[in-house]
Amino acid sequence: MKALIAALWLTLALPALAGIEVRQFPNPALESRYQNLIEQLRCLVCQNQSLADSNADLAEDLRSEVYAMLLAGKSDAEIVDFLVQRYGDFVLYKPPVKKTTALLWFGPFAALAAGGLLLWRIGRTRRPEAPTALTPAERERLQRLLKDEEKSS
Amino acid sequence: MLKYLLPLGLFVGLLILLGVGLTLNPREVPSPLIGKPAPQFNLPRLDDPQASFDSARFQGKVSLFNVWASWCVACRQEHAFLMQLARQGVTIYGLDYKDTREAGLQWIERLGNPYQAVAFDAAGKVAIDWGVYGVPETFVIDKQGVIRYKHIGPITPRDWEEKLGPLVAYLEKQS
Repeated sequence: MKALIAALWLTLALPALAGIEVRQFPNPALESRYQNLIEQLRCLVCQNQSLADSNADLAEDLRSEVYAMLLAGKSDAEIVDFLVQRYGDFVLYKPPVKKTTALLWFGPFAALAAGGLLLWRIGRTRRPEAPTALTPAERERLQRLLKDEEKSS
Repeated sequence: MLKYLLPLGLFVGLLILLGVGLTLNPREVPSPLIGKPAPQFNLPRLDDPQASFDSARFQGKVSLFNVWASWCVACRQEHAFLMQLARQGVTIYGLDYKDTREAGLQWIERLGNPYQAVAFDAAGKVAIDWGVYGVPETFVIDKQGVIRYKHIGPITPRDWEEKLGPLVAYLEKQS
């Protein structure tokens, strides 16, 4: 009975293995490079998944490409470059810093600085004025007014 | 006065920025291949495994290179219009992507053949060199064999009128 239940659960878990191929690596270093690469490359089909997560047909093909290139002794930079040449910077989760992406990289900091500057200036102009002492003449007038108040009430 | 207009201006600016963001289509990834020579390949032809389709074909005349597959629903939608373009004399080459030869041939037989020649890319490896990430996709290639435009998704008559048609006409005039 237990074996049957275990078998049933394993059968249900089969789809989980669908997208992740079993690959043989000559050494663990290569394997970790492979994992690292496919996690930092974006799938073009389901755009919120990395090549590592995606079950899309194309992701499978691109994983195979990455694997083949690793076995062929290509460097990580060469492999990433191979994909960028074909699909553009879109395949990178971390876009490179260049002219077209300057706003993307530095815009938020610029906005933060501008906001900080604005706050600082508003803070400076809106400081409440310190109360100044009354002149003797004003003091006298105040006394008179207060007396009037007392009489009328 | 300015004190009150400034926040309003900032708000309107933000609104425009977000509005533009909403109208962009994230599914359309711009191709880095525009302005570059067509990636070279040599594949068997769909209609004859012995004959080859060489990318040197793209030299000498303006052509469309249409990536399609018999299992692709949007391609079916596009096919009738491709037939119309072929009748108008537009040169169209095809790339049958990750398909079986049988299914590809059946498709041509049933729906008609708008292509001068179809390259058969069973493994989809050549398509990767072209940066294809879905079907259909269509490249506009000039007389020098340089990719000038990439259209993602089926070509509608409107796409042709607004973008591809004028571009093809312009490229035809170039030597």
